[in-house]
Amino acid sequence: MEDMIIATLERAMVAGTPLLLATTGEIICERSGILNLGVEGVMAMGAVVAFIVTMTTGEPWLGVFCAVGVGMAISILHAFTSVSLQANQVVSGLALTMLGLGISGMMGKPYVGKPLLIKMDDLAIPFLSEIPYLGKILFSQSPFFYLAVFLAVAAWFFLEKTRLGIQIRSTGENPKATETQGINIFRIKYLSVMIGGGFSALAGAHLSISYSKSWIEGMTAGRGWIAIALTIFALWNPGRAIWAAFLFGFIFVVQYLLQPLGISPNFLSMLPYIATLIILLLISFKDPRRLNAPAMLGEPYKRGER
Amino acid sequence: MKKNKRLEMKGISKSFHGIPANRDISFSIESGEILGLLGENGAGKTTLMNILYGLYQPDSGEIRINETQVRINNPVESIANGIGMVHQHFMLIQNHSVLENIALSHKDTPFFFPNLRIREKIEEFSKSFDFNIDPAKKIWQLSAGEQQRVEIIKALLNGADLLILDEPTSVLTPQEIKELITILKKMKTKGHMIIFISHKLDEIMDICDRVLVLQKGKIAGRALTGDTDKKSLARMMVGREVVFNIKKEKLERGRQILSVEHLTVIGDKGFPALKDISFDVFENEIFGVAGVSGNGQRELAEAVTGIRTVRSGSIRINDEDITNTSPRHIYDQGVSHVPEERIRFGIAPGLFLYDNAILKQHHLKKFSRRYFLKYEEVKKHAKKILNDFNVSAHSINSRIGNLSGGNIQKLILGREISEKPQLLVASHPTYGLDVGATEFMRNHLLELRKTGSAVLLFSEDLEEIFELCDRIAVIFDGEFMAILDSGDNRLDDIGLMMAGSKKI
Repeated sequence: MEDMIIATLERAMVAGTPLLLATTGEIICERSGILNLGVEGVMAMGAVVAFIVTMTTGEPWLGVFCAVGVGMAISILHAFTSVSLQANQVVSGLALTMLGLGISGMMGKPYVGKPLLIKMDDLAIPFLSEIPYLGKILFSQSPFFYLAVFLAVAAWFFLEKTRLGIQIRSTGENPKATETQGINIFRIKYLSVMIGGGFSALAGAHLSISYSKSWIEGMTAGRGWIAIALTIFALWNPGRAIWAAFLFGFIFVVQYLLQPLGISPNFLSMLPYIATLIILLLISFKDPRRLNAPAMLGEPYKRGER
Repeated sequence: MKKNKRLEMKGISKSFHGIPANRDISFSIESGEILGLLGENGAGKTTLMNILYGLYQPDSGEIRINETQVRINNPVESIANGIGMVHQHFMLIQNHSVLENIALSHKDTPFFFPNLRIREKIEEFSKSFDFNIDPAKKIWQLSAGEQQRVEIIKALLNGADLLILDEPTSVLTPQEIKELITILKKMKTKGHMIIFISHKLDEIMDICDRVLVLQKGKIAGRALTGDTDKKSLARMMVGREVVFNIKKEKLERGRQILSVEHLTVIGDKGFPALKDISFDVFENEIFGVAGVSGNGQRELAEAVTGIRTVRSGSIRINDEDITNTSPRHIYDQGVSHVPEERIRFGIAPGLFLYDNAILKQHHLKKFSRRYFLKYEEVKKHAKKILNDFNVSAHSINSRIGNLSGGNIQKLILGREISEKPQLLVASHPTYGLDVGATEFMRNHLLELRKTGSAVLLFSEDLEEIFELCDRIAVIFDGEFMAILDSGDNRLDDIGLMMAGSKKI
């Protein structure tokens, strides 16, 4: 029983890692006022690129690097339509998801079902991994896990404690006021969308070269959408995203455990979305201001309009 | 040491889509001077200042600083040239703290931990100008006057030697206006230049050394405030004599229309915004509610028109209880509403003029049959409002968002009183309007009073309250400090009552 609990929690951390990465990116993107529904597609692109590069070169970190580059590059499409052309961000984001899923499926065709022989080893942190229970759960994980937690903390610091962070948040709250302070909000928005894309691709890379070590079409399996729900669930705060992502990761793992007990896995896979709705309801009833949603999220900004 | 001691704008012209907004405007200002920029809405004051601030480029003309010609392509260059601007609608991020707002605009904000450095600067600065602001507070927690001070700090911290203030007093209470004037005079003695945009003659006369009067984009006159008087400035501004005294005839008060008893309403922040208020309004009467905004006026207007839930107490129209019934039901009982923030609450900016002319009446038999609107009737009605209320617009088929504030307000008023309401609730109906439109609105309110309606008028403009109202209630912190007849000499203390320090 004890072993099972530890194993479950350990798996929860693994399952939560890509969610945390993608959520952190989406938070940065949405704080600048751009809603990016393309997470799922960019994640798939990241997964396939990381897999192919790792497979052919034998260098997993080079794969990760290329995936992030491709993720940022493909996100420019969304930035271009939603920032430069001021198009509807929902439509543009959905298009990006479909595009990403489509291209990744095509690129990955020859690689379907081939196992990845190069391993990205788990990294046991000296001393800390010796701690009973916790050591196994938290300190002998894949490098992606540490990276995800580190980046989430760094993103919090970046948004709250740096000048550029204030500029990004201000852009999402009131682009007109921000622009009159002499800040190029178009550059800020492009930057934020690209950072978000890079994070999504990083999450995808984790899926293909560390989590399942293989590629199949559609392997992202809705994680991109969960990340978007998580962004709201975490109230646009990367710090809160950390425990929220691992909570959702836990729900993800528990699906398989509870199946034999007669609880439908469909019900459990619904839970993240229901939890998000409940959180939204609770906070909205109490005090909408605490929701913290960027005021101009999803609103195209047109210069010179009153 | 001031880097910007003299500024000159020479022959500035600018037009939008072929319509000239500024035509050949020249003026100069020197260190230690306060220049008033006077003109009606749409006279081109804001356009001129936006050119100076780098938001627009002039079609022709030049800007000279300390006798050298400069080009100002954007606000950053303008700030670098020592120019700061406080916009009429504050350029502040409501959900952010004072610190974050100032850190955003300050040019020397460090990349890491910007708040720490900025906090020191603000505190040092606040001392020298007697600003009293908690830098950790969020902007939405501040009053309009405090928000304005944040804007001024922002400009001065960026080294502004020339400060442009666009309609700075329109959102302030009388007390806050006094404080602003003290700050401006202090800045003047320190050698700053100030351009003060306003259409309020009293303030211009009070604060400025010189005045530049704009009319329809051109300079209509210039004067030293010492050598001129309000009357001649007003004439320059509108190009005709202004009747400042609106005639109000004495009317016998009719039967009771609105009766409010022990009304308590909860505000947006979860606290009572109205506390046990009772009053009546009668036929042939304008009942004014004076007070500093944010003391419950908006909640009262919303409660009476059915937009906000009433916690306890009752509201009756013609002796019928309408407490917590639907806004449509209340409208059908003869209650009309000219809301504050006309663009947000009064119209649907993206729709056509004729749609907006029946926003509340679309369900009436004469405008619709089952699920369909009778567009012919609707357009006829819209045209009638345009004619009767002097709304100047290309046609009823244009989008209402393209109209100026004054014309939008005329259309709203026309819509609201076209069905001969029993009671009109008017919230700040002349806020931000020019002299001509203001006079028009006020005369219509008096006309309504004469034809037997009751009017519940909310206004921060005391002149307006005194001119129009039969009875005046002073509201403070959700309570009436007094309800007095307009002739009552206890009204001399209205300022004290508005500040909550006197209750009758």
